[in-house]
Amino acid sequence: MQVSHFTAVLIFAACVSVVFGITQRSTPRTMVKYGLYCFGLFIAGTIVASWAMYLIRR
Amino acid sequence: MAASETQQQSKTHPNTARAYRAFFVGWLVPGGGHLMERRWARGALLFAAIVLLYACGLAMQGKVYNPNAGDVLDILGFFGDLGSLGLYGLARVMDWGQAPAQVVMADYGTKFIVVAGLLNFIAAVDAYDIALGKKP
Repeated sequence: MQVSHFTAVLIFAACVSVVFGITQRSTPRTMVKYGLYCFGLFIAGTIVASWAMYLIRR
Repeated sequence: MAASETQQQSKTHPNTARAYRAFFVGWLVPGGGHLMERRWARGALLFAAIVLLYACGLAMQGKVYNPNAGDVLDILGFFGDLGSLGLYGLARVMDWGQAPAQVVMADYGTKFIVVAGLLNFIAAVDAYDIALGKKP
């Protein structure tokens, strides 16, 4: 399977966020909120790190 | 009266055998411990997320670590892989993840497989907590 780096990040973030949400919170509502929060942090962190590496390289 | 006594007893002496069983089933099958504790949706979601991550790792030609006493990272990778015991056993039996890495994605795949194992550890411990009544 050949996927882009960003697609790999999306798959990874989605799967990990589901597990984090379910295991780290107690009620369904907080599970969903925490899962979305983790997913957002994964994606935002990746984009920030990518730009940082791009700027360091230049 | 008897029911309240039983409830009181289960609060003071939690059913640890059942909790260990939930942990072991969860270790063997992702989400299995939650299904055993009748948390159907959580169990199904955990199963889907962990198996998907593991399958994507294998599809990216990720490596499944064998028991080894070599490099520290290889040893840690093996213990990470052991986190999803059932999937690890299946991969070893089917000889998946043994081909030498030939593409860049293979390194990502290896990490996907290790992380799937570590996530399964967390899920199994969560099932243990549910069985003990520490978590709803």
